Amino acid sequence: MKFLRDLLDKQKPLFQKGGKLENLYYLYEAGETFMFSPKHTTAPRGAQVKDAIDLKRMMITVVIAMIPCLLFGIYNTGHMHYLAVGEAASFGDKFILGLTLVLPIVIVAYAAGGLVEASFAVVRKHPINEGFLVTGMLIPLVVPATTPLWQVALATIFAVVIAKEVFGGTGMNILNVAMTARAFLYFAYPAQISGDQVWTYLGDKTPVDGFSGATALSVAYQSGQEGVNVVSNLASHNSAIVDNMFSFANMFFGFIPGSIGETSTLMVLLGAAILLFTGVASWKIMVSAFGGAYIMAAVMQLLAVNEYMAMPAHYHLVMGGIAFGIVFMATDPVSAAQTESGKWIYGLLIGVLTIIIRVTNPAYPEGIMLAVLFMNVFAPLIDHYVVKANKKRRLQRATV
Amino acid sequence: MSKQIKLKKGFDIRLVGKAEKKIGDFQSVKTFAIKPTDFIGMQRPKVIVKEGDTVKAGSPILFDKKLEKVQYVAPVSGEIVEIKRGEKRALLEIKILADSEINFEDFEKYTDADIAAASREKLVDHMTATGVWPQIIQRPYGVVANPEDEPKNIFISGFDTHPLAPDYDFLFKGQANYFQAGINVLKKLTEGKIYLGLSGESKSSEFANIQGVETNYFSGPHPSGNVGVQIHHIAPINKGETIWTLNPYGVVQIGKLFTNGQYDASKLIALTGSEIKTPVYAQTYIGSCVDSYVAGNTKTDNIRVISGNVLTGEKINRDGYLGFYDHQLTLIPEGDYYEFLGWMKPTTEKLSYHKALGLLSFLNPKKEYVLDSNVRGEERAFVQTGVFESVTPMDIYPVYLLKAIMAEDFDEMEELGIYEVIEEDLALCEFVDVSKHPVQEIVRKGIELIQFS
Repeated sequence: MKFLRDLLDKQKPLFQKGGKLENLYYLYEAGETFMFSPKHTTAPRGAQVKDAIDLKRMMITVVIAMIPCLLFGIYNTGHMHYLAVGEAASFGDKFILGLTLVLPIVIVAYAAGGLVEASFAVVRKHPINEGFLVTGMLIPLVVPATTPLWQVALATIFAVVIAKEVFGGTGMNILNVAMTARAFLYFAYPAQISGDQVWTYLGDKTPVDGFSGATALSVAYQSGQEGVNVVSNLASHNSAIVDNMFSFANMFFGFIPGSIGETSTLMVLLGAAILLFTGVASWKIMVSAFGGAYIMAAVMQLLAVNEYMAMPAHYHLVMGGIAFGIVFMATDPVSAAQTESGKWIYGLLIGVLTIIIRVTNPAYPEGIMLAVLFMNVFAPLIDHYVVKANKKRRLQRATV
Repeated sequence: MSKQIKLKKGFDIRLVGKAEKKIGDFQSVKTFAIKPTDFIGMQRPKVIVKEGDTVKAGSPILFDKKLEKVQYVAPVSGEIVEIKRGEKRALLEIKILADSEINFEDFEKYTDADIAAASREKLVDHMTATGVWPQIIQRPYGVVANPEDEPKNIFISGFDTHPLAPDYDFLFKGQANYFQAGINVLKKLTEGKIYLGLSGESKSSEFANIQGVETNYFSGPHPSGNVGVQIHHIAPINKGETIWTLNPYGVVQIGKLFTNGQYDASKLIALTGSEIKTPVYAQTYIGSCVDSYVAGNTKTDNIRVISGNVLTGEKINRDGYLGFYDHQLTLIPEGDYYEFLGWMKPTTEKLSYHKALGLLSFLNPKKEYVLDSNVRGEERAFVQTGVFESVTPMDIYPVYLLKAIMAEDFDEMEELGIYEVIEEDLALCEFVDVSKHPVQEIVRKGIELIQFS
């Protein structure tokens, strides 16, 4: 490691004040601090020792938590393809096909996000923020594997600039960056991120007869429109290619069409376990969001006026991206509520809103995206009232 | 009525190098110094001695032009050898070369009956003239109390929960009678009560049987021993109120002054930290040079010498002087090194409040750590939420308060509780902060904004 250190030290004067590449100092700094944690020591007054954590470590923990979803998403992309075209394939074949589709998306998202982040760091002279480590991984996981790469790049650039950098970078943003990227794609290029045709990669092959590319949510919605029992309709769906594709268990394990990382509730829960164990994400948000969704779904069931509403409440929790959205996006500490009581309210409303949007709004089969963005906007308001209550307690005390 | 208060929030930083409960044999300290910078809020220090003057223990050497009545006195007798100034002639240190035998200024002695009979004004005048007054700290702001004020209450915390903190029962052993005398004096200074906070974990405190105070018991991790936290749970400070706080050392010193008629600056200090060879206690006086304790007594060379503890202390030179209010010297390794992939390497050797990837210290909660002064990362915007609250056992939102200070929003600061905190109360936030903010510096900035607005 001495060799690396010497190399860095040798280059350092180039980037420091007065050096030729002075303007690129923060790029150098990002590289340097990535390889070596800096030798800064604490100030003469104040805390003389510091906790071993830093933002890099926190962010990498979130990235690690997403890896089960990524790996499963890669496999499932291949799995869905071979199912749809009616060919038998080994685990390795499926994984490799998935890899050739998913990896470019991940690379493009990181490259585009990194480019924006680096340009802003150079122009505005601030250190490169680690937040984009997470954003760059989240964006690929919430788009279908068939998304054109230029759309991934465009959405990433849009989201990083508009949702984050204009507010001042990581820590200052109001909206979840990755969710903004997805919303951008959803409204700008709906043909590539909604409908029945985008979720399964077919390549130049023709699918088997009777294949349907619809997601569980759209099948459920259709059942509601047609007035047939949702559960049995889900179970018999796509029987041309596989039995019981949309059974509860299969949806839980995730062998269903959908965005790359969102299909497997099991893998999401694995990620959730990592986030909760390490304390990086708030359990309050997760519990209240899942609880809110379940309660709202149960209320819908009670008040059911159509078959979709009558669907068992627990089905909602394994369909679509709700689990992924709650675990990885609703818990983003910057865009979520920041007070502890606020987190309960924030999470609960995300769950409730998701189900309301799903069931009652025909234009949006999935509700988690809009629910998270909507509550991102309202999180500061929730916090405002929680903090106001604290101020009020202090004020009341004074008069006694 | 005494209360038992159990605090759950907080965090104990366990370090190697707790002082053994015995008094070590050290070469006697030659020089002592009073550092005006120790008195936060002292605005215009004025020296009243010259280099070469001789002083007795208790002779005035310094005062603050903004608070002229309060005299700061020499802790020992001897010769003023140096008056050290820094940039813009800022007064840094007044050094005294101590006599081998301490000579005391003669002050009036008081019996218990004298104290009871004396007027408040007379007691205050006596205390301000003899050098014990700076032991009284005023809240809000955490500055030396103004003798013109009358405090609502007086608070004393009888134990210290900071990392490697000295054991107060050992520090003040056998001094309960002086402590009682000090309390008797303080009782005359307030219409309100004197609250004494003791540790709920060890009931056998030196101060358990003191009369004239309301004793409350606090248990839980640091900062349960912080007087600010205790105030918050007993009788919180509101806007417009003034309360006073003292360390037990101050109470004892006041007691000695009134009982013996002497300004007694002798104190026991704990020599602590992973880099000290013999972690024991030492007998010395206020403002002691640390040279005698550091030279030849360290395990390694690249060390940081801290007056006080690792959370709230101040870095001093190897031949620097212990802070006026400190009872502790801590020696830790200096952390000026690079670490390859230090941000993701799994570690059991570094302490963390968190459990993020590779931070394994939670596996071994009783382990004592060797921590150095490395910052372990770079400063970032606030990202993680809920952590500051979980180490602050007060009904306060630290992040909102800090942001209000950064934005210099005075109303918001007041409403969010700036009057209830000083640096030490939020020091743990600075330790656990993912984004490495200088929390204590920000708190002081906020206090100064409010104080001088």
